[in-house]
Amino acid sequence: MEETTLNNGIQAKLSDKFGEKISAVSEPYGLLTFVTTKDVIINVLSFLKNDLNFNFLTDITAVHYPEKEHGIAVVYHLHNMAERLRVRIKVFISEQNPTIPTATVVWKGANWMERETYDFFGIKFEGHPDLRRILNMDDLGVYPMLKQYPLEDPNRVDKKDEFFGR
Amino acid sequence: MSEINIVDAPPGIEGSGFFATSLDKVIGLARSNSLWPLPFATSCCGIEFMATMGSHYDLGRFGAERLSFSPRQADVLMVMGTIAKKMAPVLKQVYIQMAEPRWVMAVGACASSGGIFDTYSVLQGIDEVIPVDVYVPGCPPRPEAILDGFQRIQDLVKNESGRRRNSDYYKELLGQYGIK
Repeated sequence: MEETTLNNGIQAKLSDKFGEKISAVSEPYGLLTFVTTKDVIINVLSFLKNDLNFNFLTDITAVHYPEKEHGIAVVYHLHNMAERLRVRIKVFISEQNPTIPTATVVWKGANWMERETYDFFGIKFEGHPDLRRILNMDDLGVYPMLKQYPLEDPNRVDKKDEFFGR
Repeated sequence: MSEINIVDAPPGIEGSGFFATSLDKVIGLARSNSLWPLPFATSCCGIEFMATMGSHYDLGRFGAERLSFSPRQADVLMVMGTIAKKMAPVLKQVYIQMAEPRWVMAVGACASSGGIFDTYSVLQGIDEVIPVDVYVPGCPPRPEAILDGFQRIQDLVKNESGRRRNSDYYKELLGQYGIK
């Protein structure tokens, strides 16, 4: 398992540099995954980009876990194109104050990814140059991917539950 | 040579050298057989509309040969496809830019009611933002259904009173949508 040993090397380098801040390391389907904290996330991303050659930011997104204390996970996917490696980084932040430093200082391409994540989850990326909604209409008023909202449009009057057996 | 069909004259009084009928009926007859549609096609219903305009189904048979891609000269707004809430102000703007008299046809489930897209980002029927004259069901409707819907529009045009657009009822209807 060549990839596993390579991933272990990355894990060791990260743990050497950031110590306790790197936790919950796992490798589901060969994809190195770990959790870090929002005070070091930019340092972790910079380190991965500059020292470990993870040159490409594949995606930034988020997951809402309503049952957890820090219920919003911001997820970063990085790609080392030269060595064909990927990592997944999660940062858990609180639902009441969902803020995290912007990654646009590391990758310019993070701009729209963060706008999308803000649009759907309401996460404030501090230092982002232009944090506006990107896909939904400006006066939507809610962050629709948070799980407290119903899946269906509650304004709709013509779809009565009794006609749909629910 | 194929047989050429000419529409029947409206009911009226006929005599030697004259024919008398009401102005409404004459105007209705003329308008209904030369409607200029504005296709507002956003998804798969638009593909069915393309088939409807093609030679096989040929919407031109009903006097709608000439599509208007400017709302200024259009008579019928044909909304075909899912309208996202972000698109709603655009659709309303297009409707406002059309000159009176104007008609609106909602083609397909999405334009009529949001269809399967019962979600936060999709308008649940265009009648939330503009008044609709004819709804065509289907997902997507067959060209025959679109043609039938178009003929229902023609019926409305043919029988509309010349004063309807100035009536209080009509102003109130537009007022409900915030259109002056």
